[in-house]
Amino acid sequence: MTLWMWLLLSCLLAYGWKLLGYLVPASVLRDPRMSRIAGTMTIGLLASLTIVNTVASGQALALDARLGALAAAGIALVFRAPFLVVVLAGAGAAAGLRLLGWN
Amino acid sequence: MRLLQSPAVRVGLSISIATGLYGVSFGALSVTSGLDFWQTMALSLLLFSGGSQFAFIGVVAGGGSGVAAMGAATLLGMRNGIYGMQVNALLQPRGWLRFAAAHVTIDESTATSTGQTDPLEQKRGFWTAGLGIFVLWNLFTAVGALAGGALGDPKQWGLDGAAVAAFLGLLWPRLKGREPVAIAVVCALATVLAVPFVPAGVPILVAAVVAAAIGWFSHGRSDEGLEPDVDPYAEHPHTHHSGDAK
Repeated sequence: MTLWMWLLLSCLLAYGWKLLGYLVPASVLRDPRMSRIAGTMTIGLLASLTIVNTVASGQALALDARLGALAAAGIALVFRAPFLVVVLAGAGAAAGLRLLGWN
Repeated sequence: MRLLQSPAVRVGLSISIATGLYGVSFGALSVTSGLDFWQTMALSLLLFSGGSQFAFIGVVAGGGSGVAAMGAATLLGMRNGIYGMQVNALLQPRGWLRFAAAHVTIDESTATSTGQTDPLEQKRGFWTAGLGIFVLWNLFTAVGALAGGALGDPKQWGLDGAAVAAFLGLLWPRLKGREPVAIAVVCALATVLAVPFVPAGVPILVAAVVAAAIGWFSHGRSDEGLEPDVDPYAEHPHTHHSGDAK
């Protein structure tokens, strides 16, 4: 039940950000620093989420098949594969490495 | 069908299909992260912002708390406020339209709109991409959630690897130039260093603070990192949205 609560609150806050852009006078948000922070934070959070999902296992660090998924996704992206192909490459690499015995 | 001859409508429709399709991966990953079908659908229907939705389930999958998931999703949603300001300046929606426009203000609808120069095309592009993605994203989320639920052991199918790939895929289009790469590396390092010392989910928030500090103290492009997940104008580099209209 508590997950539902945080989930719905997240939805409310997400809509709040969006609406804020429409309601606040442009001059307030035109501050280039605001838009710069929104941008650097987007990069930082996505980088962090990528690495956490690759090497974190609870509070421990683990090197396992997910590293192969990261490499496969990177290669797919270098070859300009569409998003869905990138995701499938990641899943395939992790599943394949596990079949080969690397957990 | 005069509308189909509008360049913005065409771009909006193709970006809707490209973005909508990857809703499958969100739906599948969400249910294997431990969310149920309706929680997954609530995220796609009500939160409706790809990066934030993936962040929420990414934190939950890693054993993080609901608060940490909310924190990551909310911080990642900040850029939608900047998009809202841009779209508001271009379209100036009035009355209830404003509240509807706000809900479909995301990377792709904003990029489709700001990539056009004619005001009518900007409006068509925004609404076609916004509404088109909303419908398809939710449809494909449902498909993915039902398929993911039927898969059994998610690790056997490499779904944890799929999550890694999805986040890298969301990050990739934003790594244009040396500076965003440096920001990504520093934040990834900060995350790894924090993992053993703080509860699951919190390292991501540590990275957010580091990234915000970099943004506050440095003086790079003010639209850095605000590239869309899927670029509507990828095939037309000369009409690319960044650089103008921002």
